[in-house]
Amino acid sequence: MTKHFFSDSTVLLGRSLRHISRSPDTIITTAVTPIALMLMFVYVFGGAIETGTDDYVNYLLPGILLITIGSGIAYTAYRLFLDLQGGIFERFQSMPIARSSVLWAHVLTSLVANMISIVLVVLVALLMGFRSGAGVLDWLAVTGILIVFTLALTWIAVIAGLSAKTVDGASAFSYPIIFLPFVSSAFVPTDTMPGPVQWFAENQPVTSIVNTIRDLLAQQPVGADIWIALGWCVGILVIAYVFAMAAYRRKIA
Amino acid sequence: MSASTERGREPAIRVQGIEKSYKELHVLRGVDFEVAPGSIFALLGSNGAGKTTVVKILSTLLRADAGAASVHGFDVATQPANVRESISLTGQFAAVDEILTGRENLILVARLRHLEDPGQIADDLLARFSLTDAGGRKAATYSGGMRRRLDIAMSLIGDPPIIFLDEPTTGLDPQARIEVWDAVKKLAQSGTTVLLTTQYLDEAEQLADRIAILHEGRIIVNGTLAELKALLPPAKVEYIEKQPTLEDVFFAVVGSDGAAGRAGDKTSNPVGTDA
Repeated sequence: MTKHFFSDSTVLLGRSLRHISRSPDTIITTAVTPIALMLMFVYVFGGAIETGTDDYVNYLLPGILLITIGSGIAYTAYRLFLDLQGGIFERFQSMPIARSSVLWAHVLTSLVANMISIVLVVLVALLMGFRSGAGVLDWLAVTGILIVFTLALTWIAVIAGLSAKTVDGASAFSYPIIFLPFVSSAFVPTDTMPGPVQWFAENQPVTSIVNTIRDLLAQQPVGADIWIALGWCVGILVIAYVFAMAAYRRKIA
Repeated sequence: MSASTERGREPAIRVQGIEKSYKELHVLRGVDFEVAPGSIFALLGSNGAGKTTVVKILSTLLRADAGAASVHGFDVATQPANVRESISLTGQFAAVDEILTGRENLILVARLRHLEDPGQIADDLLARFSLTDAGGRKAATYSGGMRRRLDIAMSLIGDPPIIFLDEPTTGLDPQARIEVWDAVKKLAQSGTTVLLTTQYLDEAEQLADRIAILHEGRIIVNGTLAELKALLPPAKVEYIEKQPTLEDVFFAVVGSDGAAGRAGDKTSNPVGTDA
């Protein structure tokens, strides 16, 4: 039945993308919170934060992009949960289609929706004075990291969407993910934090990802951070995928 | 399809000794029945009797713990892909995509079944189920009866020989119920085998060629309506005043009968959806 995998995934991807185009509020609300955070940190707290860089918005943007993705994937879990609850998931699973294409359509939709939100946030950052002299290769590397990060978090969202009992439960998992950048180098340098907090901040995934993106955009050498960042992203991706597939197999018995 | 003539003679659905437990709960304790091709078979039982579990096992959504089942000659455990080619499932809740229009829902299923000219298929089904006018509206705006009709229309795409209808009229108003009954009767006339679950006795009486009663995990009775009636004490002749049923009253007051119920777009819209 895998012979139709690509055509079935394309049809179902078209369906989910139509959902997004008919409720663009899901993209807007995904982008609004990070933009509000960005405004607040740049124009309210920014003056008092010592980052060692001239322009705080340049410092802040990488972390804001990760928060955007963190809130965007909640909608992936939400859409998947609604499919399960409404019975359309079972309808698809009882049809002669490549069954896993139902999941992949949601994953690819998550990627598309999050990239649109990211572009919105970057545009606002540009208006606020964000500037980067990064070349095409640097931007490609940043995009690549964001894509792997989105996929990793999306598969976590799939686990939540498949195993949630209520709509609220389906999206609640994203709160700690959105909170994680606050205890990292995303908003302030880690060296002013007290010992244990600093240890956590420096050894959790967000810091290495934020530092890598920040260095790429500032055309600084990225050093070992990029490998730690990719290690975290791919590691989370693989583990989340394995657990998501286990949850999926429980659903389809 | 060289085996189709042979398939014509063997049962469309055969269930032998199916058992299923959810943790401690022993839902099915050895279910046996057969459904003849082209007939309507009603599985009757109260809430929680295991009707939906039977349907899920037959539509390859659940695995049985024990026993065997075949659908259109294919074993549900070892040939699930062939089973899915032969069936359509209309689940307990109308499984339509609310954000898409009725027409887009039908096109979606036609494309997933890899059929040619999905647009034409959609338009034909919209006409057949009196949904042409509503075809361009989001399914979220449909009344309960319209959603169920769209749901059943989606199940007919690709002309599967066997259709499962899990409690197709639960939660519908009397008019919508009659619309669905009409749709099911037409299905059987065109030669489709229908396995229907219901908790309503009159629904089984209206539609089914054979009725099986599922109780405490087993089929306790299986036969035609006449055979089931023969199980009861013989009929006595009594003279009683025939009071109208509430259903008679409802239709008298609303000014509509079963045939007029087909025009349900006008009469069964929920408040506020009329543009």
